[in-house]
Amino acid sequence: MAVLVDTNTRVMTQGFTGAQGTFHASQGIAYGSTYVGGTTPGKGGTMHPELNLPVFDTVAECVAKTQANASVIYVPAPFAADAILEAIDAELPLIICITEGIPVLDMVKVKRALSGSKSILVGPNCPGVITPEACKIGIMPGHIHKRGSVGVVSRSGTLTYEAVAQTTAAGLGQSTCVGIGGDPVKGMDFIDVLELFLKDDETKSIVMIGEIGGQSEILAAEYLKAENFGPGKPNKPVVGFIAGATAPPGRRMGHAGAVISGGKDTAAAKMEAMAAAGIHVADSPAALGSTMVKALKG
Amino acid sequence: MNIHEYQAKELLRRYGVAVLDGHVAWTADEAVAAAKQLPGPVYVVKSQIHAGGRGAGRFKEDPNGKGGVRVVKSIEDVKAAAEAMIGKTLVTKQTGEHGKVVSRVYVEDGCDIKRELYLGLLVDRATSRLTIMASTEGGMEIEEVAEHHPEKILKVAVDPASGISGFHCRKLAFGLGLQGKQVASFTKFVTALYGAFNELDCGIVEINPLVVTGAGEIVALDAKVSFDDSALFRHKDLEELRDDSEMDPKELDAVKNDLNYVALDGEIGCMVNGAGLAMATMDIIKLYGSSPANFLDVGGTANAARVTEAFRIITSDANVKAILVNIFGGIAKCDMIAEGIVAATKTLHLKVPLVVRLEGTNVDLGKKILAESGLAIIPADNLADAAQKVVAAVKGA
Repeated sequence: MAVLVDTNTRVMTQGFTGAQGTFHASQGIAYGSTYVGGTTPGKGGTMHPELNLPVFDTVAECVAKTQANASVIYVPAPFAADAILEAIDAELPLIICITEGIPVLDMVKVKRALSGSKSILVGPNCPGVITPEACKIGIMPGHIHKRGSVGVVSRSGTLTYEAVAQTTAAGLGQSTCVGIGGDPVKGMDFIDVLELFLKDDETKSIVMIGEIGGQSEILAAEYLKAENFGPGKPNKPVVGFIAGATAPPGRRMGHAGAVISGGKDTAAAKMEAMAAAGIHVADSPAALGSTMVKALKG
Repeated sequence: MNIHEYQAKELLRRYGVAVLDGHVAWTADEAVAAAKQLPGPVYVVKSQIHAGGRGAGRFKEDPNGKGGVRVVKSIEDVKAAAEAMIGKTLVTKQTGEHGKVVSRVYVEDGCDIKRELYLGLLVDRATSRLTIMASTEGGMEIEEVAEHHPEKILKVAVDPASGISGFHCRKLAFGLGLQGKQVASFTKFVTALYGAFNELDCGIVEINPLVVTGAGEIVALDAKVSFDDSALFRHKDLEELRDDSEMDPKELDAVKNDLNYVALDGEIGCMVNGAGLAMATMDIIKLYGSSPANFLDVGGTANAARVTEAFRIITSDANVKAILVNIFGGIAKCDMIAEGIVAATKTLHLKVPLVVRLEGTNVDLGKKILAESGLAIIPADNLADAAQKVVAAVKGA
């Protein structure tokens, strides 16, 4: 039954009438997902000129009128934190923020607002979430996906596509793919998604793609060691990869969160922690699919 | 974005953070004039570069001489120290062996140091909160303290809803062994610094060492401040503090063209969409036995002009012996990229082998454009194939 999004997901878009919001909503609709409307403050009461869906001034109004249960945000970075806060205020169960370049201190406030709220946030600075052949929310190319058994969770957008293409080519397909984003302060982290994958019947195995910077892959490895592997546990095979083995310390590699700041946040340290936890670590980003095939054969 | 110590201190002073009096000087004469405005009789002349370890560093021109930070006791010695620094190349642990040219010095009041502490502020991703770190091991590299004596680093995370409170500061102050009026002085210092961090959207603020003076005051002896690049749009005035001379010229060029580029020392130039895939592309080049010349994320909105700029920057590196383009189109469309590659190859009269791997949105259109261009572009089917081909091209060259 996949995780986070499925055929019951009713998607609204914040930043609906902008170029990004328009293009990716149209792609999501073409993929067969249910998009119900969106917001552009000041344009409430009109219909989206290309998509023929209602536009509202506020998220609360959009939710009330369309029964949206997920919102995707394409609002520009200076205003994106405000957009997330509005979605939290409207009690949307799922908020997915695609926007890149949100100030870190804005996200610190958002993170505070999330605690104790009714919302889950994915992102920001992420490709979104897709359950193949059911619901596509975000900027990923739909056609590379195939409904199947691998749950994919990743900090990187295009590297997620790599994992998807390879597991599709291997004939496995994906249950759900979750891009958690490359920012240091974000919504769902690896552990949050892994927890969902472990509980999900359709997800038989997991690909987890991390990168340099921070500790979350190490914490995720410890979590899997405790909750996934061992007698009486799900024992779902997990393939891992960490990008940035060749990155020099102290240099930020594109993502705000991808910087080695000393000690345990290198690719080597993370791969070691993953291997020690029982995760099959792919030595090459081209070997995600083949490593999974091997892992499934046990 | 990083700034110099003197700029950081000037900014922090505005927010009520206790710093010593001082003035920046671009010439030895200016250094003398700066010293004359200070009470003396002790002065500190400090080289201004964007790298730590200045005191222990040495000048290339005088490897057996003194370091990049000198305590002197007369105006004449201020002049001599400034002359020994300005225009010279300082090599420290953080600059690499090529060092950095000192274009200006900071002339600062001397200080009666009783204790040296460490204070740092940053957003801790584990808690998603602004966190204040303090340690009794001032003047040391904090990474080393963290590794060998993690218990000597005190941390408090501040809830953004309530902001900083007296107890946060007292917790640190007593943990550091401060007493009497030192505690109040420390509280004032930390509260002001927290305010500055939030107001200015800092990335990291590091006061190392933070000093307890003989009179019991808490003062910043050094100050390292960086800003969150994503928040600079709301601090236009900070842009003027940017020192272009501190950046690699290719990286500066990339910033001006809105490209995400980091210069490395290998031989294969890379152009990739997405930061994670760009890093993974570097990794796989290494795995196949060569090394990447750069990190370059061309982004999702790549068009012909951006691709041309990216190629121009990549090929301005004389070490580049081949180029690998790796695009997995999501937002980025392969046909647009292909058109860009064809245009760039022609405009720049590209002479090194070029391997292109396209996948994702509009891939068939993109491959067709490359195939029909008549250019000697080596197509690749997947990531492993691309890495193999580009490494072979370099080894064969």
